[in-house]
Amino acid sequence: MSMLRTSSPSDPSRRAFLRTATIFLPAATLLVACDNTRSPQAAAPVFLRPHEADFIDAAVRRLIPADALGPGAYEAGVARFIDLQLAGAYGRAERWYMQGPWPTGTDSQGFQLKYTPAQIYREAIAGTDAYCDQHYGSPFARLTAAQQDEVLHALENGDIKLASLPSKTFFTLLWQNTQEGFLADPAYAGNRDFIGWKLIGFPGPRYNYMTEIEQYGRPYTQPFVSLIGRDPSARLRGET
Amino acid sequence: MAKRMPLVDVVLVGFGWTAAIIAQELTEAGVQVLALERGEFRDTVPDFATTTIQDELRYAVRKQIFESPARETLTFRNSPDQTALPMRHLGSFLPAAGVGGAGVHWNGQCWRFLPTDFELHTQVVQRYGKGFIPADMNLQDWGVSYDELEPHYDRFEYLCGVSGVAGNIGGAKQAGGNPFEGARRRGYPLPPLKRSASTLLFDKAARAAGFDPFPCPAANASKPYRNPLGVQMGECTYCGYCEWFGCGNYSKASPQTTILPVLLKKDNFSFRTHCDVTRVNTDGSGKRATGVTYVDAQGNEVEQPAGMVVLCAFAQHNVHLLLLSKIGMPYEPGTGQGVVGRNYAYQITSSVDVFQKELLNPFMGAGALGQAIDNFNGENFDHGPLGFIGGGYIALWNTGGRPILQHYLPESAPKWGAGWKKAMHENYLTACSIATHGSVMSYRNNYLDLDPTYRDVYGNPLLRLTFDYAPNEHHMSDYLTDQATKIAQAIPGATHHVKKREGHYSIVPYQTTHNTGGAAMGTDPRTSVVNRYLQSWDVPNLFVMGSSVFPQNAGYNPTGTVGALTYWSAAAMKRYLKNPGPLVTM
Repeated sequence: MSMLRTSSPSDPSRRAFLRTATIFLPAATLLVACDNTRSPQAAAPVFLRPHEADFIDAAVRRLIPADALGPGAYEAGVARFIDLQLAGAYGRAERWYMQGPWPTGTDSQGFQLKYTPAQIYREAIAGTDAYCDQHYGSPFARLTAAQQDEVLHALENGDIKLASLPSKTFFTLLWQNTQEGFLADPAYAGNRDFIGWKLIGFPGPRYNYMTEIEQYGRPYTQPFVSLIGRDPSARLRGET
Repeated sequence: MAKRMPLVDVVLVGFGWTAAIIAQELTEAGVQVLALERGEFRDTVPDFATTTIQDELRYAVRKQIFESPARETLTFRNSPDQTALPMRHLGSFLPAAGVGGAGVHWNGQCWRFLPTDFELHTQVVQRYGKGFIPADMNLQDWGVSYDELEPHYDRFEYLCGVSGVAGNIGGAKQAGGNPFEGARRRGYPLPPLKRSASTLLFDKAARAAGFDPFPCPAANASKPYRNPLGVQMGECTYCGYCEWFGCGNYSKASPQTTILPVLLKKDNFSFRTHCDVTRVNTDGSGKRATGVTYVDAQGNEVEQPAGMVVLCAFAQHNVHLLLLSKIGMPYEPGTGQGVVGRNYAYQITSSVDVFQKELLNPFMGAGALGQAIDNFNGENFDHGPLGFIGGGYIALWNTGGRPILQHYLPESAPKWGAGWKKAMHENYLTACSIATHGSVMSYRNNYLDLDPTYRDVYGNPLLRLTFDYAPNEHHMSDYLTDQATKIAQAIPGATHHVKKREGHYSIVPYQTTHNTGGAAMGTDPRTSVVNRYLQSWDVPNLFVMGSSVFPQNAGYNPTGTVGALTYWSAAAMKRYLKNPGPLVTM
């Protein structure tokens, strides 16, 4: 189960500093420091380089924004989810057939690029930031929300020229992974505090609905639950 | 030099549904059986335990329960004039790897085909005339009748503990069941599953539209059940994680939950995992199989001699092995000659998503919890004025409400951003989808052969799939979709999104894992690979199982028919083993 968790390197010096620091903090501060409301991006990125992490933070804020309906993808830890996915077997395309030759196919023949998901993110973020620098004078993360939406739409429509892959391919992947991070079990570090599931009303892997299935029209009211319990943040908290 | 193992009576390639049935049947007859499985051993505990299996990301999205294209895939193109390219990751269909095969991750939608499905060529000619059949369609009878298969359907249903309502017992119509089904000797072993809110919604609307809805047959146990082998199954809890997951509750029928507890104890049965069979070996005459060659996990090539070989791998993998082993004449679309790879077919699906106000709690579900109509399947309706062949069922399946892949949004909803978020919030608990599940006929230019360019991990040519939907299938599917829309329109206060299947077949979006054909059964060796007992015409001690033997595909999920054909063939194998030779002589 813990493939993604164990693949994350820790920084011993930072860990040690935090442990030492807590000793001198008043109790009230300590509680806050351990509270679930701390920044979802507190842990250092594993795969993403700093400018890439800035890009993803900004992009997921626009793809699923915080609004009157509640927190969005950023608050749900989706950037962390994507970072860990790219660092692992998925990012390396371990299950994909990756032998050439690599001609361009028809749409119905599907994905035919020789890039893993991790490589697609790396290349596309660099290319998109270069586009933003050229057109707006700043990288994606520093644009206004309206400008970021413009850029995301341009990626989605295939209008931004990236060096070796269609921008549409990157957008499709980014949006797919954003939804995954928002709606997957919190065990994978996204869907923090069940933000995604609370939005839609999915209670989590509850296992037994033998009685409730025939209680037609009645809302299901049991607490939200993850594969790792009712407080998945507790287990994810220690990582830095 | 390949390592050589001691001779066994029968070797099975693969260890899924068909292998488990054949092994159980033949070991009961005192035969020594060995199954070779390319994947790993899997069982309810620990592999599908409820504490870990309800993980949509790991299993349904990252597809860790299926075969890995890095090791085995195929190449694909729509037509013979294109260059086929590899299926680099899974999409349209999801073959398994590992003990239990796709029997682990199916939904349990366990149908019988219609009596007319098995003699479709005869039926169509009689009813509409020969000119009704498109020139490029390879429409064939199966060589076996529904009546011959009926006892074997019965055995498979009682093995699995299928939950449902009979519609026809011994020719007498039964209230509440499928009025169109073939006669069955007795009712289902278990009553139908509990009805969810969305299945009741469909039931009411389908009646209002003038159709005849019934609970779909489910290999998800509606009650605790002990099968004829003495294996105990548990009552389904409607957790909503069937298809693309293993069942942690011993409720969904699989080789593990119905046969293996008995089979694995037998002295005359053995199996080996991580053995990738690459060839069926034949003697100098080419008319006798001498066993198989496989590659083990250490990379050793190993020869396994056997008196009889049974191909029990997934549909197209059986065909791949026949082609690699040079058994039977490969099909050539240019001349129409040859049989191996001929008559590949699939299914054509569409849906109508429904948006309404009633709370449905879609996450309470089961893989085969559904309500269907069969008014437009097979020959249940007059095709004369419609001009196409085939049909399918229309159903509302409440398989679950897994958030990433099982949510429905109105067509007008934005694809992302605040509008997407609002649409998710407003629709997840109340939306549902009506599915059509249509047959696909076989055509001259839809076939399987070996790819000239791409290779698998052992350096063998990948299988090449050439396939597209024909006009006949689009007409049929559009007609089914129109009927489904009538049901959606009968739901009070609902809006809907009609999703027809348009354009070319695409390998990208998941549609169904109901790949068929390539090793068709039949009565004529010029148009079939195996005879009516699933015995190779060319090599009588070789049998081929599974949906690879379907001459064309029907409008139902195939597993029920695969199970029945396996029992039918097992009975013939027992006769063969007593008196070896062709079971059908020309």
